[in-house]
Amino acid sequence: MHRLPTFRKGGIHPGDKKELSQSQPVERLPFPDELIVPLSQHLGAPANPLKEKGDAVGMGEMIGEASSFISANIHSPVNGTITEIRQITLMNSVSCKAFVIKVDTENPAVEFTAHPWKDKSGEQLLGKVKELGIVGTGGATFPTHVKLSVPKGKSVESLVINGVECEPYLTSDHRLMLEQTEQVLEGIMIAAHITEPKNIIVGVENNKKDAIERLRSVISEKKLPIEVVALQVKYPQGDEKQLLKATINREIPSGKLPLDVGAVVLNVGTAFAVYEAVVYNKPIIDRIVTVSGEAMKEKKNVRTPIGTKIADLIAFSGGLNDNVGKMVAGGPMMGFAFYDDQIPVIKGTSGILALERKKEKKVKISTPCISCGKCVAVCPMGLQPTRLFRLIENRQYEQAMKLNLMDCKECGCCAYSCPSELPLVHGMKLGKKMGRK
Amino acid sequence: MNILFAFLVIAALALVLGFALAVAAKKFAVEKDVTAEQILAILPGANCGACGFPGCSGYADALSKGTAENGLCSPGGAKTSKAVSEILGTGGAVETEKMVAFVHCRGNHEVTAQDYEYRGISDCNAAHLLFKGDSSCKFGCHHLGSCIEVCPVEAIYRDEKDNIMVDPEKCIGCKKCTLVCPTQVIKMIPYRGSHAVACNNHDKGAVVRKICSVGCIACKICERKFPESGCTVSDNLSSVDYAKETAQIADAAAACPTKCIVTAK
Ligand code: SF4
Ligand code: SF4
Ligand code: SF4
Ligand code: SF4
Ligand code: SF4
Repeated sequence: MHRLPTFRKGGIHPGDKKELSQSQPVERLPFPDELIVPLSQHLGAPANPLKEKGDAVGMGEMIGEASSFISANIHSPVNGTITEIRQITLMNSVSCKAFVIKVDTENPAVEFTAHPWKDKSGEQLLGKVKELGIVGTGGATFPTHVKLSVPKGKSVESLVINGVECEPYLTSDHRLMLEQTEQVLEGIMIAAHITEPKNIIVGVENNKKDAIERLRSVISEKKLPIEVVALQVKYPQGDEKQLLKATINREIPSGKLPLDVGAVVLNVGTAFAVYEAVVYNKPIIDRIVTVSGEAMKEKKNVRTPIGTKIADLIAFSGGLNDNVGKMVAGGPMMGFAFYDDQIPVIKGTSGILALERKKEKKVKISTPCISCGKCVAVCPMGLQPTRLFRLIENRQYEQAMKLNLMDCKECGCCAYSCPSELPLVHGMKLGKKMGRK
Repeated sequence: MNILFAFLVIAALALVLGFALAVAAKKFAVEKDVTAEQILAILPGANCGACGFPGCSGYADALSKGTAENGLCSPGGAKTSKAVSEILGTGGAVETEKMVAFVHCRGNHEVTAQDYEYRGISDCNAAHLLFKGDSSCKFGCHHLGSCIEVCPVEAIYRDEKDNIMVDPEKCIGCKKCTLVCPTQVIKMIPYRGSHAVACNNHDKGAVVRKICSVGCIACKICERKFPESGCTVSDNLSSVDYAKETAQIADAAAACPTKCIVTAK
């Protein structure tokens, strides 16, 4: 049998749990009464507020301006009024200012009209991407205009589109590829117009066969120069480094970026956002969120306005069962556990999961490392998590940095595999924070 | 015959190398810095790094070369700086005030609300990664004792109420604890200070009142009614100005509605 490609080093096969929500068509959340729109929804510097308390805002209007190159504009998801500017803490523990917007429930939305783009230059299109605050929707929320800006003297060999969605439970990208195939592909062509790659590849894991077929049929129908590669199912294939190994067989050296090996990587969700920005002048003001987990009453894929409080999203999904053990924003491997359901959905929120109490690992004091070496075997970055963890526990942060701690992707393969249940990823995060100090 | 030959070769080699060593020892002799050694002898030898140099010997070297200022050694204090200036012939001690660390928070889990139950690595900076700690107060102590671990002289301890306390008699003022603390709730105060405001929360009084029964609610009773106490409230938090502190602060402490002005001893 023909073996599908994947990355080589490490990786794990957690149960993917996609069956809970993958056949649920995307539903649209009705506008809640109030939205909380943070000024930091992206990697990099928070945006500067452009509005004040009491100001009226219109859907799609810019309300926060990028404060540096690595930053992104913020737009109002609705028509409404700003009632307060509040300091909030996001799921990832970042504190930032946020606009509290009272939604004009009579007349919450505006229509966006389509514009042709094919006659525009790559530079003009890149300008649109920047103006409309497009960021990676896969979770890392890196500003997309930075990714698509190819420095002079560098050229792009491959534009690789990430349709892997390797985190368990999450199905938002899957539904997007199925339901908005044409739009996603057009977004990809826009990104190609900007970066001028020699080839365009979409990598999709083979647990989404319907999406692969759908993409391929539209591509052949429209005669697009895009190749769809079916990949073996293995976590964390959605990481840029692993994805490039799997799709174009390139390895990014430690500390380097995809562009250094001639590649630009975009998520399918981001390609869709690029499409909406360029064709409809529409910023990221909503996104598909997978609402799932065994302790969630109804599992759904919901197109949700940015700024929706998680409580509203949970209510839309029928509420929680009483066996909920842990709430997670994002996927269960790399997402963030949180306790406050008043935190808003932001541009990078791919899922809201309610995990069952019994599925959550038993609370126990972790036993010491038994030197089984499992963490070393599964680490896709070739690190020695157990050794790093010991160094970090002993506050030898510099030593850990020398052993390439900074290469750690916080993918969680090590902690997932550790029989002693050591909080290895938490340790890596601590080490990075202290090492940077 | 053969054996004799071997002897001779070895003997000749030994002679030549011995001579070479003797020459090298003279020629490349490291000049011993007498001043630096003298200074090192009078430094406390805590190797705490408070001076900003790698250990006491680093500071002694820098002092002898004149590249460091006198008076940076907080454990040694005025006595040491006087002795150093005698060696250096610069005369006069550098007046330094003895400073000690103080944890400006008494918000243990009994008296302060908790947002969630933290079960991670027992380290304040690790807990801080998750919503700035499990306590509802995001300015206070995490009570995991990272400062205890870094203190070179075991001056910090956990009291029976689970509060983290510094023994001012043992503290040598090295500031290591202030550097490791994620909330900067542990700060240096003068050793002579009699009281301190044991709260670090800058939120409005109404917010503090909801989450902590021993926090400063910025009512300004201390500042208004006891002008000689040294207490001033700014940014919703009272603090003691030790240049102005008088015995009146004991009255302010008694009058404080949340009893967050505490003795520093
Ligand atoms: S979290 Fe870091 S150390 Fe652990 S497996 Fe992933 S990359 Fe390796
Ligand atoms: S997997 Fe856990 S027990 Fe095994 S070597 Fe790594 S840290 Fe130790
Ligand atoms: S004072 Fe700071 S370092 Fe010490 S226990 Fe409290 S939070 Fe931790
Ligand atoms: S309490 Fe702090 S300043 Fe005092 S000796 Fe210990 S670590 Fe140094
Ligand atoms: S009296 Fe107490 S609570 Fe009021 S401002 Fe002074 S220290 Fe704070």
